Amino acid sequence: MLIEKYIYLAIALFCIGIVGVLARRNAIIIFMCIELMLNAVNLLLVAFSKMHHAAAVAKGATAGIEGQLFVFFIMVVAAAEVSVGLAIIVMMYRNTHSVDVNFLNRLKH
Amino acid sequence: MDISQVLFYALSAMALGSAIMVVISRNPVHSVLWLIITFFAISGHYILMNAQFLGIVNLIVYAGAIMVLFLFVIMLMNLNAETEPQKNKWLKLAGVVAGGCLLLVLVAALKQAEVKGKVAMLETGDIGLIRNLGKALFTDFVVPFEISSILFLSAMVGAVVIGKK
Repeated sequence: MLIEKYIYLAIALFCIGIVGVLARRNAIIIFMCIELMLNAVNLLLVAFSKMHHAAAVAKGATAGIEGQLFVFFIMVVAAAEVSVGLAIIVMMYRNTHSVDVNFLNRLKH
Repeated sequence: MDISQVLFYALSAMALGSAIMVVISRNPVHSVLWLIITFFAISGHYILMNAQFLGIVNLIVYAGAIMVLFLFVIMLMNLNAETEPQKNKWLKLAGVVAGGCLLLVLVAALKQAEVKGKVAMLETGDIGLIRNLGKALFTDFVVPFEISSILFLSAMVGAVVIGKK
């Protein structure tokens, strides 16, 4: 499969995530759109790792394996990020009884 | 057009359609369910590229653990379509236009890129198998792997401290 198709797919998924972050006010939906962007990047990293493997398989049998390990570490960091982020959203809900991000401008008062 | 190309287009359409539904559905629970479908499609892409370990880990960690956490939080807060905060129409339109402009710029930049004719291998290549990934993970990447355990510990402590107040 041509690499351009994977790049276009990942760009489209990433931009859908950006639109979600910009156009929605619910903090949880914004958080889910960030996860969507992370997954678009993961998909592109795996596709590039397979592309590099196809090009450099003569130099080493495991060429390109680093890309897939980076995806693994991105998943690890994303799991930690979600646990802390959801805890922050729950705390915000307890204080304001809303998940509307517009309420977060109270931070400046 | 062989079977792997058909699968590629079907999974891409599934991922894009359900990603759009994540953004436009009113009810947050429906958004979570659509996002789970997106993750299934992306896992399908991984398995199509013979990255079996990442496909399964994506299903277990994202669709299994993280999304269940989101569902728990949404149901705990009793959010639904009626209590959903809405931005005004012009701000939404501005968001969509800004995202569309980014899409346009990225695609236009890619037109000049020298990636033409490069191919990502489908169904072949064994770098995605657990045996090879595990060997690389526990030799070359053993220090980041151990550091990530400290990251998890601190994330767990942080979540408990924030949630306890």
